[in-house]
Amino acid sequence: MLHLIVFSVFGLVCVAGAINLLVQRHPINSALSLVVVMGSLAVEYLLLGAEFVAAVQVIVYAGAIMVLFVFVIMLLNAGVEEHTKGSRVAMLFGIPGVLIGSVLVAWVLLQHSGTGSVAVGALPGPPKVIGWLLFHDFLLPFEVTSVLVLIAIMGAVVLASHPAEVQQSAQPDEREG
Amino acid sequence: MVPLSYYLVLSGILFACGVAGFLIKRNIITIFMSIELMLNGVNLSFVAFAAQWHALSGQVFVFFVMVVAAAESAVGLAIVIAVYRTRGTLNVDQVDLLKL
Amino acid sequence: MNLGEFILVSIIKIVIAVGILLTAVAYTVWLERKVVGHIQNRWGPTRVGPFGLLQPLADGVKFIFKEDLLPPHVFKPLFIAAPMIALVFALTSISVIPIGNWVTVFGVHTPLEITDVNIGLLIVLGVTSLGVYGVALAGWSSNNKYSLLGGLRASAQMVSYEISLGLSLVGVLILAGSFNLREIVDAQGGTFWGFIPRWNIFQGQIVAFFIYLMAAYAETNRVPFDLPEAETELVAGYHTEYSAMKFAMFFMAEYANMITVACLATLLFLGGWHGPHRFGPPFVQAILPIFWFVLKVFVFLFIYIWVRGTLPRFRYDQLMAFGWKFLLPLAIANLVITALIVALRA
Repeated sequence: MLHLIVFSVFGLVCVAGAINLLVQRHPINSALSLVVVMGSLAVEYLLLGAEFVAAVQVIVYAGAIMVLFVFVIMLLNAGVEEHTKGSRVAMLFGIPGVLIGSVLVAWVLLQHSGTGSVAVGALPGPPKVIGWLLFHDFLLPFEVTSVLVLIAIMGAVVLASHPAEVQQSAQPDEREG
Repeated sequence: MVPLSYYLVLSGILFACGVAGFLIKRNIITIFMSIELMLNGVNLSFVAFAAQWHALSGQVFVFFVMVVAAAESAVGLAIVIAVYRTRGTLNVDQVDLLKL
Repeated sequence: MNLGEFILVSIIKIVIAVGILLTAVAYTVWLERKVVGHIQNRWGPTRVGPFGLLQPLADGVKFIFKEDLLPPHVFKPLFIAAPMIALVFALTSISVIPIGNWVTVFGVHTPLEITDVNIGLLIVLGVTSLGVYGVALAGWSSNNKYSLLGGLRASAQMVSYEISLGLSLVGVLILAGSFNLREIVDAQGGTFWGFIPRWNIFQGQIVAFFIYLMAAYAETNRVPFDLPEAETELVAGYHTEYSAMKFAMFFMAEYANMITVACLATLLFLGGWHGPHRFGPPFVQAILPIFWFVLKVFVFLFIYIWVRGTLPRFRYDQLMAFGWKFLLPLAIANLVITALIVALRA
C-alpha cells in the first residue's frame, strides 16, 4: 500500500516535470524540470530495488549531465523561445490523436497486467553484484564504453574550442574547452 | 505491490513526452533535453523488467545507457556551442540550410 | 520496530541532527574568525560574550533584521530558490553520516545516524554533485556580469574537482569493500602492533587523503581555491546581489559543506569514532566514540581554517590546470596501485 502511494506520488512528479518541460518557453525552466524528473526517477529506481542505479542516476544524470545543460544555457544566454508558425491543423488533429493513442496503449498494457506485480526491493541490486557483472559478463561493453567516453572528451574539447586556436597549433591552448 | 504495467505506462508517458518535445520545440537545447527524457523513460522500463525477471543485466544495461547519454550530450552540446558561434541563433528553423 | 515508531525516531533524529549541524555551522564561523585572527596576530571577536562566543548569535540577529533586497532585473523564481537549493543539499548529506555505534536509548535500539543505507557514500557524492546547482543558478539569475562569471567559474571548479574527490575515495572503497559508511569505519577498527590505529590513512591511503583534502577545499570554494568568491576579484562572485537572509543561507551552506566534508574525511580516513575507549564507567564508554568523532572533525576543520589563513589563492587557470592535470592523474594512479596491492595480497 505504501509502495503504491510512493510510486504514485513520484510518478505524478515525473509526469508533471515532463509536461512542464514541454510547456515552458525558457530553456532554463525546462532544464530544471528535467532535473526534477530525474530525481523522481531515482526514487522509482529505489522502489524497484536498484540502489546503485538510483545513486548513479543522481550523480551522473542529475548532477553532471544536467549541470552541463544548465552551463550551456547560461553560456549561450539562451532566451525565451520564439514561436514559429506551427500548423493549426497539426495541433487540432495531433494533440487529440496523440492523447487517444496513448490512452489506448496504456489501457492495453493495464489490461494485460498478468505479467505480475513487482514487489518493493524484489531484486536487490547491490553495487557488489553489479560490479561483478560489469567486470565478468559485460567486460567488453565496459571497455568499449570507456573508449567511447575518451572519444567524446576529445571531441567535445575540439568542437567547443575557439576556431582560431584549432588552426594555430603554435599557440598554447590554456583554456578549458 | 505495484503491477509491472504501471511502471511501463509511466515509462511510456515519459517517452511520449520526449518524442513530443523533440517534434514540437524549436530550441536546440530543449530538443536535446527531450532526447534525454526519452532515454530516461527507456531506463525506467529496463529497470522494471530487470526487477520482474530477476535479471541484473537490466540494471547493468541502464548503466551503459547512462554512459552513452553522457558522452552524447557532451559532444552534442559542444556542437550546439559551435553552431551558436557560427549562426548566432539557437532556433532550429534558422539553421536548416547549409549556406550561412 | 514498526512503521510508526520508525517514523517517530527518525523525526527526532532529524531534528537533533539539523539542530546540531546549524549550531556547528554558526560556531565554525566563530572558530574561523578567532583562528584567522590569531594567525594574523590580532584578536578575533572578543566583545560579544566571553571570548566572543555570542558573536554568531549577534550575526544571526543582524541577518534577520537586515533589509532583504530583491533587485528589479533578476530572474525572480531562481533568484529566490538558489540559496534554498544550496542550503537544502548542504544539509541533506548529514543524513547518512554516522557518528557512533548503535545505542539503546529509552529502549529503542537505533544507530547514531538518521538512516543506515548501503550506498551512503554514493549518496553523499550525489548530494555534493547536486549542490552545484545552487551556485550556478544564483550566478545566472542575478542578471549581472560579475555574478554570471563568478557562478560559471565556481560551478566549473566544483564539477572538475568532484572527479578527483570521487576517485580518491575509491581506494578506501577497495580496502573496505562496501559503500556503507558504517562498514567502512568498522573496517578501521583495531590496531597494528597494539598501538598504531588501523586507520585508512595509515593503511596506505595517505596520498588519497591529501588528494581528498585538496579536492575538498576546491569543492567548498575555500582558500586557496576561493577565486569565485574573492572580494578583490569579481566583486563577490555569485552572491553579489544577495543580501540578508539569502546571503546567510549561502554562507551557512558553505560552512555546512565544510562540516560534511570534514565528517566524511574522519569516517573514511581517520577511523571515524574509533579511539581508546576502554576506560571509565559504562555511561562514559557509550559517549566516548562520539567524543572521538567530534575531536577528529574538529582537527580537520582546524586544518581547513589554518590553510585559509596561510595560503594565497590560485588564479583560475592555475586552479583548473591543477585539478585536471595533476590531481586527476594522481588519483587514478592511487586507485590503480591500491587495486594492484589488494589484488596481489588476496
